[in-house]
Amino acid sequence: MSIEVKQLKKAVANLVVAGEMTIYTALEQKTVFSKCLDHNKELQIDLSAVSEIDSAGLQLLLLLKREANQRHIKLSLINHSQAVVEVFELLNLGNHFGDPIVLSANWKST
Amino acid sequence: MSDFDSALKIFAQEAEQLLQDMESALLTLETDPNDGETINSLFRAMHTIKGSAGLFGFNPIVAFTHEAESVLDKVRNGEQAIDAGLISVLLDSKDHTAKLVEHCLNCPDAALPDELAATSSSLIQRLTGKSPAHTLQSTDIPSPLLSEGGGNMSLDDSWLISLDFKYDALRNGMDPLSFLRYLKTLGEIKDILTFFPDMPQDAEMNPESCYLHFKIAFNSDASKQTIEAVFEFAADDCDIKILPPNSKVNDYLQLLDALDEDHVSRLGDMLLQIGALTANDVTHALNRQARARQTDMEPVKPIGEILIEQQVVQQPVVDQALKKQEQTKQKVAAESNYIRVDAGKLGHLINLVGELVISSAAMNLIVDRHGLSDAGDVAASMNSLVNAIRDTALELRMVQIGETFSRFRRVVRDVSNELGKEIELKIYGGETELDKTVVEKINDPLTHLIRNSLDHGIESPEQRLAAGKPAQGSVQLNAYHESGHIVIQIADDGAGLDSEKIVAKAIANGLIKPDHGLSQQEIYNLIFAAGLSTKEQATNLSGRGVGMDVVKKNIEALRGSVSIASFPGEGTTISIKLPLTLAIIDGFMVGANEVRYIIPLNMVDECIEMDARECEINETEHYINLRGHALPYLRLGDYFHDPKTESAKKRESVVVVKFGQDKAGLVVDALHGEHQTVIKPLGKLFEKLKCITGATVLGDGNVALILDVQGLIETAITRRKRTAAPPA
Repeated sequence: MSIEVKQLKKAVANLVVAGEMTIYTALEQKTVFSKCLDHNKELQIDLSAVSEIDSAGLQLLLLLKREANQRHIKLSLINHSQAVVEVFELLNLGNHFGDPIVLSANWKST
Repeated sequence: MSDFDSALKIFAQEAEQLLQDMESALLTLETDPNDGETINSLFRAMHTIKGSAGLFGFNPIVAFTHEAESVLDKVRNGEQAIDAGLISVLLDSKDHTAKLVEHCLNCPDAALPDELAATSSSLIQRLTGKSPAHTLQSTDIPSPLLSEGGGNMSLDDSWLISLDFKYDALRNGMDPLSFLRYLKTLGEIKDILTFFPDMPQDAEMNPESCYLHFKIAFNSDASKQTIEAVFEFAADDCDIKILPPNSKVNDYLQLLDALDEDHVSRLGDMLLQIGALTANDVTHALNRQARARQTDMEPVKPIGEILIEQQVVQQPVVDQALKKQEQTKQKVAAESNYIRVDAGKLGHLINLVGELVISSAAMNLIVDRHGLSDAGDVAASMNSLVNAIRDTALELRMVQIGETFSRFRRVVRDVSNELGKEIELKIYGGETELDKTVVEKINDPLTHLIRNSLDHGIESPEQRLAAGKPAQGSVQLNAYHESGHIVIQIADDGAGLDSEKIVAKAIANGLIKPDHGLSQQEIYNLIFAAGLSTKEQATNLSGRGVGMDVVKKNIEALRGSVSIASFPGEGTTISIKLPLTLAIIDGFMVGANEVRYIIPLNMVDECIEMDARECEINETEHYINLRGHALPYLRLGDYFHDPKTESAKKRESVVVVKFGQDKAGLVVDALHGEHQTVIKPLGKLFEKLKCITGATVLGDGNVALILDVQGLIETAITRRKRTAAPPA
């Protein structure tokens, strides 16, 4: 399973996504996300271990954000990995998600 | 921060000044509503405030002034009239803008108080007549980005690219992000909007479908072609629209001006030439126009309008191109000068060209026979020159059919007066060209057919109204090219042919038996039989039953054909199909019993070897089983000679020929290939000869006969019917 779900307390979950967020994993990941959306009031998505993200993965994040807004679920994306930051920058989506993005000092050089 | 503060101060002063100007301009307009300059200054005021507010990120001001600006833009372009009501709304808007500016300056970070927000939306509603768009919510604000003229100042230098990916894009292996990364290598992405309005709710969302749409403001010196090439691989899975930057418009206008004026080109070609469009844009637009034409769902729009709708080019560019096209047309018309040439001289020239074609064929033959390889090159280049001369010489005789068509305006006017009908003549395709000799010979048959349509086809105004049609009937003359032929159509929206009457009359005249068993089409074709008229009362125009048979004969003499389509109550369409020229054709040479024959190339469908698997001959019932279809056939050797040379079983081939809907196979001994054929008419003696239309002289001096494909097909079909029909 590429997503590890930790139920921090009742209705608050922490999800750690590991590996790819691509068309190949989208279906599986979406099922997990949907289930978490149904059962929680607050979601933290840890993106630190996302090695690769493509349009399908991005779509999932966009969907997550929209659903969370509509259902008044507090959603925060944390620890964006380099791959995620690159895509957010490309599409200028940082503001849309509204989560602080922490950059490591040498992230561009690696 | 002092720089920023001083900039804010300048903004405040500028806004105040502009708003004051705006007020006085509005008051001037109240007395003189048509003052264009004043309207312009109003527009500029709103536009500038919007632009400056945008720089400081004062979104409430941008959102509100954008609406006011759009309205003023419409007023400026004459799309909306300015009246007392609008002026008073604009005055209120001016006051409101002042309040917004004040608010933004005093507490730039605070949200808009409810009271101001409410005034904003109510004013927007009064300005536009619709509820305020939820413009500044989330990311779905493509409209301000794509609106031209009034768009954001900073985007003037940017290409506006909109990408609408289709659902299957991801499944087809596309990754929209990779295209954007590639795009970035060509220039700078100034701004990008991602939106996904059609993404369904959680449960229905398929993570493998693509719901993404992008609007991109892109700065680059690359040409439109280069930018389009970025998305080349996505073309099937994505609607791509690329609008050139507003700043490029001037370049385009200048390029348009510089285009040479020697000949009139089409709008799409002109825009393509200056680089404002790509070939894909034009193809898309043309396809869309063709679709509209086919479906009749929406009115067919001119190509320029479609291009603007698809947001691939700006209005001013299209306008300028159209103007240029018109100028060129006039210039060409003014410059075109003709030399009047004696038709006899022209005929002589064509004859000589014919001889030239023949002797060039003879020369090729000799070069081939002696295997002179160095002469071969010369011969080949001369051959292509001869072909070019042939085509040009024939073109000299080509005339537009429009002139012939417009002569019928008078005929229609006079006849409809005489008959007490209201009839309008519509002409399409007048610029279609065909051989002058054909035009002259088609005149009489056309007159006849049009009179028939006027007299028999179109009903009287009373009858038409009773049938729920407009009182004014219409006759359409249409001409177009179709694979080496010209098609001329005479269509009326009258009552259509009355097949019962035709049958009754034909039986009375003894043309057919009561148990005829004819198809609808065959019944319609009866009107071409001599002595048949369904009109009870002959007028001095038509109805005597002579004529249609003559029409058919005349047209067939030109190696053409006539067909009828008719729908009761809706009208009749008669189509005449004629070869483009009578002098020289591309032929296909075949041999049978040592004699050579020419089949006009455009009537040849395919050639098959006789013993091939897909083709099986049935000698007794006279048909060939060609891939499961029964095809009537003729053995050319047997048909033109004594059928005795059965002895030597040679390799035989079948040439499948078609004429209109009909097909037949011609069985021949040898295929000799394509051949430039100069048609020589046969003498008077052979005029009655069936299935031969002419002859030609071959390079080696021999004569080949040109086959009348239509006649041969008919013969083959009747022979097949005779044998296939059960004995009566």
